[in-house]
Amino acid sequence: MSAPQRKPSTDVQKDASMAKQKAMIDSNFERLGNVRNSGEKVSYTFVPGNLNELVMCFDMVGNYPEINAIQNGLRKKSGGMIMEAEKWGHSEDVCTYVKSDIGMMRKGNIGPTGQPIPEPDILMLSYTGCYTFLKWFELLRHDYKCETAMLHVPYTGDNKITKSMVQYVVKQLKEEVIPKYEKVSGVKFDIDRLRENLANSARAEDDFVWVLQSAKNKPSPIDAYFGGIYYIGPIFTAFRGTELAVDYYQTLRSEIEERIRKGQGPITPEGEMKNEKYRIVTEGPPNYTSMRDFWKMFYDEGAVVVASTYTKVGGTYDFGFRHDPSRPLESLAEYCMHCYTNRNLPERTRMLESYINDYEADGLLINSIKSCNSFAAGELMMMREVEKRTGKPGAFVETDLVDPRYFSAANVKNRLESYFQMIDQKRRAGA
Amino acid sequence: MATREEIVDRCQALYDDLNFTAARNWKAAKEGRHVIGFMPMYVPREIIHAAGMMPLGILGGGDQLEVIQGDAYYQSYICRIPRSTIELLLTERLDFVDGMLFPSICDVIRNLSGMWKLLRPNVYSHYFDVPQNYLKDVGGEFYIHELNVLKEDLEKIGGVTISDDDLKNSIAVYNENRRLTRELYKFRSDRPWLAPSSEVYLINRAGMLIPVEEHNQLIKDYIAAAALEDRPKRDNSRVVISGSFCEQPPLNLIKSIEMSGCYVVDDDYMLVNRWFTKEVPTDCDPMQALSYTFLEASVKMPSCFEPDEDNKGLFLVDTVKENNAEGVIFAATSFCDPALLERPILQDVLNDAHIPHISFKYAENTGQMQPIREQAGTFADSIKLWS
Repeated sequence: MSAPQRKPSTDVQKDASMAKQKAMIDSNFERLGNVRNSGEKVSYTFVPGNLNELVMCFDMVGNYPEINAIQNGLRKKSGGMIMEAEKWGHSEDVCTYVKSDIGMMRKGNIGPTGQPIPEPDILMLSYTGCYTFLKWFELLRHDYKCETAMLHVPYTGDNKITKSMVQYVVKQLKEEVIPKYEKVSGVKFDIDRLRENLANSARAEDDFVWVLQSAKNKPSPIDAYFGGIYYIGPIFTAFRGTELAVDYYQTLRSEIEERIRKGQGPITPEGEMKNEKYRIVTEGPPNYTSMRDFWKMFYDEGAVVVASTYTKVGGTYDFGFRHDPSRPLESLAEYCMHCYTNRNLPERTRMLESYINDYEADGLLINSIKSCNSFAAGELMMMREVEKRTGKPGAFVETDLVDPRYFSAANVKNRLESYFQMIDQKRRAGA
Repeated sequence: MATREEIVDRCQALYDDLNFTAARNWKAAKEGRHVIGFMPMYVPREIIHAAGMMPLGILGGGDQLEVIQGDAYYQSYICRIPRSTIELLLTERLDFVDGMLFPSICDVIRNLSGMWKLLRPNVYSHYFDVPQNYLKDVGGEFYIHELNVLKEDLEKIGGVTISDDDLKNSIAVYNENRRLTRELYKFRSDRPWLAPSSEVYLINRAGMLIPVEEHNQLIKDYIAAAALEDRPKRDNSRVVISGSFCEQPPLNLIKSIEMSGCYVVDDDYMLVNRWFTKEVPTDCDPMQALSYTFLEASVKMPSCFEPDEDNKGLFLVDTVKENNAEGVIFAATSFCDPALLERPILQDVLNDAHIPHISFKYAENTGQMQPIREQAGTFADSIKLWS
């Protein structure tokens, strides 16, 4: 049975770290909006395979089309942009991140915060774990006619990162990526600067992993999906490798240490979630256009997400990877290959299984995204496999990243409520 | 010599046979033989052949396979080829296949490689990566390594050693196959009334299902037989089909386009049969030859990155010109990321070149042809009337 519904609060409650995160993300949009005055060069790139430590060596400002789409989705702007792109001939079948981005461009390239998004000086096409990236930046290049650096990151189909794969990526960095950045920026590459940035990354990654793994506590002090989206913001975008990110994750960690000490649950938009009834692992990205409604369906029922694969899309740090300043380019190569969707399905399934066991979760929920074949193709099989291995129930809902037409609140809510009932029944049967 | 009709009938029977009897019979004819399946778009079949094995193209279940179990593995917004391929696997139609290769065509086929590992942990399955960097010392070296990994894997499966001479011999056989396929395409382009698209498709498709030596002879026989016939020439519009490189259109769709007043003078069905636009050298290191030819002489298609924006999409304009085509039909599978994401760029390039085009989507089991016939027919008429 459903818990009594709380009325949505208009005042969203946030931790200090959440405010700090928001200020950081906003500051990058401000920096982007100000390039005409600052003269900074602009590099577009993706979250998985993001080479921020390297890009910073060339004094460039990073623009992240996925983040723009997400931010536009959260602000309910993406729907119109997607339709604008479809009006220009983009198929209704393909990724809505791409269409949101193209639509934003066609509508004048005003970013989610209302500031202009400058044209790219270089497109850093890090082809990591998502085929759509390749076409996305070909589409942007077709319009902007700008320099494009392609970095082909081999997929770990046999769950191995071989010496040949690392060498291939390193050679591309040396012969393709770095020379193009030097040419566009006019700044000579300094490997010591890269090492410093990578050292900062590793420090932030330690705290980030600690934060994610804090969900092993009962009650969990964090929500590793909806809350996790805030936590990944700096490290997945323009701040990995900066002192700011190190500082942010230290602040976040202190905040969560305090919550653990007090036995507190995660902070939701309506305050602390006090009664943890269900511990869930999630696979797949969230829906952004109705994120608050989606999250509410969880916290109203006392459900907390203790581990999510989405927070690994920009790196699977919790399985041990750290950027290594002593092997700078090799480390960047390995980072790219470790991104979640660059791992094969058996490995992704094993990760989910370990999350269920290590975080003592009650089950697996897959939010299957219409736009994202990289995540979605094979998820039904992964769910069955995880159920078989762990004995915990799985559930499957379908939404989209930033296309509001594919979020059916009643259907999702109905399915979630049934799922939580199923967990209750399983518990009773096991008691 | 067999008549054209007999050759086409044989190819039709191969096409209809979802139990892959020809490949089963080939395997059963001699102990120790192995069959290696592959999905579209490109795998180096030469290495499989050099191991004494038979490459078998798995192009989904078409419109005759009822997909029941396969649908339980995929959401509604994913194309049909992976679900019908899973159906083929789960209904034991692929139980004789000793290994499967999944080329880097898109995320769906890529993830299918992992599903295969989970569903058939004891059967070899391998995601076959090809370079998206086209520098010899970068992508070329990486690709040589990937080719050698495949070679070693096949050696283990077959308990054989593949020598350089074996590879060179196989490269020569496939060079001949590609040359003949190009000849077949040229024959159709020159005299499309003698080689209907549906027939050329079946001849091409047979190359997925029988040993390459047999296929070489089959192409020769077809061209010779078709050239002897006198078939009526129609006032059709000459079109190029683009976007059908993975999940295949049903044969009825190919026929429908032609019946609506179009001569198809080029297409991108089963590109593996003519992936290289020039011969692979046989007088040097064979792995290096395969690798460098891949870098320098691969056909252009959406799964491969085009490093030069100025060249983007021009292959289609060139194809139109080389074949004296009058328009392009974009026929892509529903939910096909490579084809559908690429399409707006290609349309722009065609617009710049003043080449008319239309587009529609299909699935391998599309049954209703009337809308497609009307659309293609109107396109053909508009070309005749206005271009």
